Amino acid sequence: MDFKTLVFYILSAIMVFAALRVITSRNPVHAALFLVLSFVTAGGIWLLLAAEFLAIVLVMVYVGAVMVLFLFVVMMLDINLDRLREGFWSYLPVGALIGILLAVEMALVLGGRYFGLEAMPEPPAVQAGYSNTRELGRLLYTDYVYPFELASLLLLVAMVVAVSLTLRKRKGLRRVNPSDQVAVKRGDRVELVSMSAEKE
Amino acid sequence: MEALLEPVSQFFGPAWPVVWTLAKIVAIIAPLMLGVAYLTLAERKVIGYMQVRIGPNRVGPKGLLQPIADGMKLLFKEIIVPSGASKGLFILGPILAIAPSLAAWSVVPFNDGMVLANVNAGLLLLLAITSMEVYGVIIAGWASNSKYPFLGSMRAAAQMVSYEVAMGFALICVLLISSSLNLSDIVHSQGQGKFHEMGLSFLSWNWLPLLPMFIVFLISGIAETNRAPFDVVEGESEVVAGHMVEYSGMAFALFFLAEYANMFLVSVMTALLFMGGWLSPIGGIPDGFHWLALKTAFFLFVFLWVRATFPRFRYDHIMRLGWKVFIPITLVWVIVVAVWMMSPLSIWK
Repeated sequence: MDFKTLVFYILSAIMVFAALRVITSRNPVHAALFLVLSFVTAGGIWLLLAAEFLAIVLVMVYVGAVMVLFLFVVMMLDINLDRLREGFWSYLPVGALIGILLAVEMALVLGGRYFGLEAMPEPPAVQAGYSNTRELGRLLYTDYVYPFELASLLLLVAMVVAVSLTLRKRKGLRRVNPSDQVAVKRGDRVELVSMSAEKE
Repeated sequence: MEALLEPVSQFFGPAWPVVWTLAKIVAIIAPLMLGVAYLTLAERKVIGYMQVRIGPNRVGPKGLLQPIADGMKLLFKEIIVPSGASKGLFILGPILAIAPSLAAWSVVPFNDGMVLANVNAGLLLLLAITSMEVYGVIIAGWASNSKYPFLGSMRAAAQMVSYEVAMGFALICVLLISSSLNLSDIVHSQGQGKFHEMGLSFLSWNWLPLLPMFIVFLISGIAETNRAPFDVVEGESEVVAGHMVEYSGMAFALFFLAEYANMFLVSVMTALLFMGGWLSPIGGIPDGFHWLALKTAFFLFVFLWVRATFPRFRYDHIMRLGWKVFIPITLVWVIVVAVWMMSPLSIWK
């Protein structure tokens, strides 16, 4: 077993363990942190595949931004751990059904004739000057430019909708506006009056 | 050098690459830690003089041994874990705070070819690693199971994520005009152009064509490291010391070291990306590591200068500056630079 294979197995073991802990740990903050761990190890596995751009972007977007906001919310939940265990047995049949379905689907895809070493031979080794980032950028902005732009438009729409759904204007709310505060000049608040001295 | 190392490498045999890399890591981290220690002294001295005080002058000649004394004191203090704390995460917090700020140095080039890992996507890797810095603060705040640390970590999460966006856009401008993610290439791309041929290299560096981005990056860097005037995370008058309230001894010191190591990192990054790294400012003078050190020292001084000058921002003002000022400016400037590059007026051909 060469070094790369060893690293792959170590990373995979950590990732499977972390993924299992995400669903089994009782504290949601611990679960979220295990999810972070599994993202980071997934990034490591992608690095082994010479996909450094995807690996780094996975860490940057999911670990650096998405999971931080996730933790932000999860940490503020007031969770009663005993209440969480209620209803475990009543939800079990539905959960088990979905789990089995997922496993069957994965088995069908992975075991089918479109997948596997015969159908997908190992890609040729990359040369020294190969840049994954440049290759990906070239593909995205030439061959796949319309799907790529469509996807970005979709994301933009989703973003605008999410903002507009949560945007509520309440009447009678007294709040400060930092922009107005910054724009204040001395003349708005202070008036210097020139007065002649009064004599008694 | 090669001939000198030959017997040593034979002694270690197949383990040699690991040993050699470890030696390089020590050669980077040890001076960095020393620099961090003396940055704390420099900070107290500089702010002292700015406020017409003397600063520490008791330990050693002119107070030069003060950081050593501080370090010893913190090392020998007991680390107290609060009884209500989540123990594993409480210990993990400071470790996660300092690990990324040291790991980021792996891709920082110090001179032409003098870099631990000359990665293709170095800039991206740097962004990814620094984006993980916030975890130390968040975990510490939550694991302390106490109110002030929790408030501090909430503030940290919101603030660091917001300013990362502006910082990222500023970096996009830099990589647009140097068309590379490799930090060494980015420095090299600054050493060419009309001004460089006239001998005025400092005018061909990125700071001039990207002046708004340079300013945004520097300010975001200060906000990202939670330094004054953006230090609401540990603002004494509001949340005592934020995420560090429950920490003592070396666990506290790790947060402290991480903050100063991050200041170093942001200064070096500013020097590399906008100020030409190790390139000399005028033609005819040899380039070298000393230029990078000088530029970094200048930006570190700016950090201290800003701290001594400005009062702390209010929290909503910080958020406004990040989202309503910096992000629109950077978004517009990305488009401006892209159009400028494609127009006949482009100076980066």
